[in-house]
Amino acid sequence: MRTNYLNHETTIWSWLSTTDHKRIGVMFLVANLLALLLGGVLALVLRIEHLTPDQTIIDAATYNRVFTLHGVIMVWLFMIPSIPTAFGNFLVPIMLGAKDVAFPRLNLASFYIYLLGAAITLGGAIYSGADTGWTFYVPYSSTTMTPVLPILVGVFVLGWSTILTGINFIVTTHTLRARNMGWRDIPLFVWTIYGTSVIQVLATPVLAMTLVLVAMDHAFAWGFFDPARGGDVVLFQHIFWFYSHPAVYIMILPGMGVVSEVICTYARKDPLSYTAIAASTFGIAFTGFLTWGHHMFTSGMSEFDAGIFGVLSMFVAIFSAIKVFTWTGTLYRGQIALRSPLAYIFTFLFLFVFGGMTGVAVATTSLDVHWHDTYFVVAHFHFIMVGGTLTAYLAALNYWWPKITGKLYAEKWAMASVVLTFIGFFATFFPQFLLGNGGMPRRYFYYAEHFQALHVVSTVGSMILASAFVVTLLYLGWSLFYGEPAGDNPWGSRSYEWFTTSPPPPHNFEQTPAFGHRPYDYHKPIGA
Amino acid sequence: MYEPELELHFEDLEKQRHAARFGMWIFLASELLIFAALFALYFAYRVHYPDIFVEGVGHNAKVIGTVNTAILLVGSTAVAVAVNELRRNRTRLGAALLALCALAAVVFLLLKSWEYAKHFHDGIRPGGAGHFFAEHPEPGWPLFFTLYFAMTGLHAIHVAVGGVIVGWLAWWVARDGVGRAGAYRVELGALYWHFVDTVWVFLWAMFYLMGKHG
Repeated sequence: MRTNYLNHETTIWSWLSTTDHKRIGVMFLVANLLALLLGGVLALVLRIEHLTPDQTIIDAATYNRVFTLHGVIMVWLFMIPSIPTAFGNFLVPIMLGAKDVAFPRLNLASFYIYLLGAAITLGGAIYSGADTGWTFYVPYSSTTMTPVLPILVGVFVLGWSTILTGINFIVTTHTLRARNMGWRDIPLFVWTIYGTSVIQVLATPVLAMTLVLVAMDHAFAWGFFDPARGGDVVLFQHIFWFYSHPAVYIMILPGMGVVSEVICTYARKDPLSYTAIAASTFGIAFTGFLTWGHHMFTSGMSEFDAGIFGVLSMFVAIFSAIKVFTWTGTLYRGQIALRSPLAYIFTFLFLFVFGGMTGVAVATTSLDVHWHDTYFVVAHFHFIMVGGTLTAYLAALNYWWPKITGKLYAEKWAMASVVLTFIGFFATFFPQFLLGNGGMPRRYFYYAEHFQALHVVSTVGSMILASAFVVTLLYLGWSLFYGEPAGDNPWGSRSYEWFTTSPPPPHNFEQTPAFGHRPYDYHKPIGA
Repeated sequence: MYEPELELHFEDLEKQRHAARFGMWIFLASELLIFAALFALYFAYRVHYPDIFVEGVGHNAKVIGTVNTAILLVGSTAVAVAVNELRRNRTRLGAALLALCALAAVVFLLLKSWEYAKHFHDGIRPGGAGHFFAEHPEPGWPLFFTLYFAMTGLHAIHVAVGGVIVGWLAWWVARDGVGRAGAYRVELGALYWHFVDTVWVFLWAMFYLMGKHG
């Protein structure tokens, strides 16, 4: 058997002390999946609770804690780190033809900082029972009797993991590209990770500071946002969303990178426009910094400001649409092989467009006043985040599984999982649009009886979605032990990561690579 | 004599150095955004309470603030010259200049503590605690001084970190006889120090100069 990154050292210590970006990526992957599992179980608890209009399984106070913890885990432990830390770590250096990221020790440190932050956050949430919601809005978060401090510290620590990872990817992309790789030869996935890293580096510190301010308000009564001392609670929202709105692009951009890779491979075509896909990434990243106000249309913002933020928010839809049209244009007249990763991408496209269009709707101030703080908004961001990020994550998991493990999985079961994911997801969140439009407020424990039928449909949907994850875990687990060897390039891709062995050797390539083609040159024979 | 090791994943030392410098710049951009949140708060509240902020500046010790600015600038000059001297292989001079910069950090922090003590004595504490605020009950006063303590406090932490880094570099340069080959590592520390210095120049203006006589 050939030496690869998995079998050249096998002790537990060799994993814990590794500076190999691939092993760090795998450790992040495991950690992210655990976070997804935990957040998912909490989501199920919430959905089961809503089977009846009154108390079903948990009391109101517990309900508040569970939705807080669900949000905190899904946002900070799963979606923000997921694709960059797991797949970005594993693939970016290989796609660039490098032996590792620029700062391998820093990379390992960011993993342990992530673990530390996760431990503080979870331990703190369980100990304190924080019930502020994942947004920590003042004045509730700064005056509540529950100790919110541990959870704030935990998320602060997690932020540093994000920043260090971002720095690493930016420097890696600049300094470690293969000798003959120009900026226009960089695989599209790397472009999105690069764009994401820029947001991570520039937005996360603002969040970190905001959390510190709330912590100071809470612990020492410093009163940065206390109206009694002249403070302004809405200012907190401005600063919080200055990070947290770009953060949603931290979540979705890497997913868009996955879409580009998967579509080109299974359509066996170069992208309709490499430039349009790469450039729109930065369009989204840049505009994302100018749209935070749309979270605050009902917080006493002037009509003029709201109009500006509304229009700027719609710019994001334009850049997203450029991507969607370029992807569909790439599929057009391609030689499509409908494998499970591509099926996930179809799911992505449908849900993302659906969620995106409702995003344009909520960016319209007159409509937002009606939908603000209702299930409509909940459904909108779950369509983008879960329907977008999660399906892209699952596509990535299936697409690069043979690269990471060297094994194939059972395609039929994978397809079953795609179908279950789509049905489960749609059944869970589509009724929530109707609930929100009907006036169901978000985060409420009790609800009016006439909402019950839609709530039950949503809960059943969440069960189906959960079953999809169980199927995924089972067939991937099975593949790990009994899967057929994948061969180096099972999908016949031209992307650079497939031009080394699967799993890759410890330093990624047996010889220093010199890629003789661009990453999507399907029209040329290999080696030409 | 210190010779940097070429790490496995870099083609040559020049690229490795470039990566380190570039990474440091991006890190500093990130650091800057940490302060940016507080700057945003300062200016938002200054717009709310222009008179109180102008008058508040008068309660800060302009002389200490200005002396501290000079001290940080001396430190900056020292590290900048140190990097240059190390590039010419003048190890001992480089180490001495770095030590001077570390000393500047210590003096700065001593003066800053003295100034904080003076505020506490005047009944000015963060969060609007203390008798000063009983005499000045208008909303806005606590904000000005809480921001003062938060921003200069966060900056003081950075000065302390910068002092430790530069002090360690002085010790390392002297111990390993670092010359031209290691100058780039000293440069990384120097960049951090310059950042700390630059932030202070703005804080100096915001808390000591932009007042009645400023």
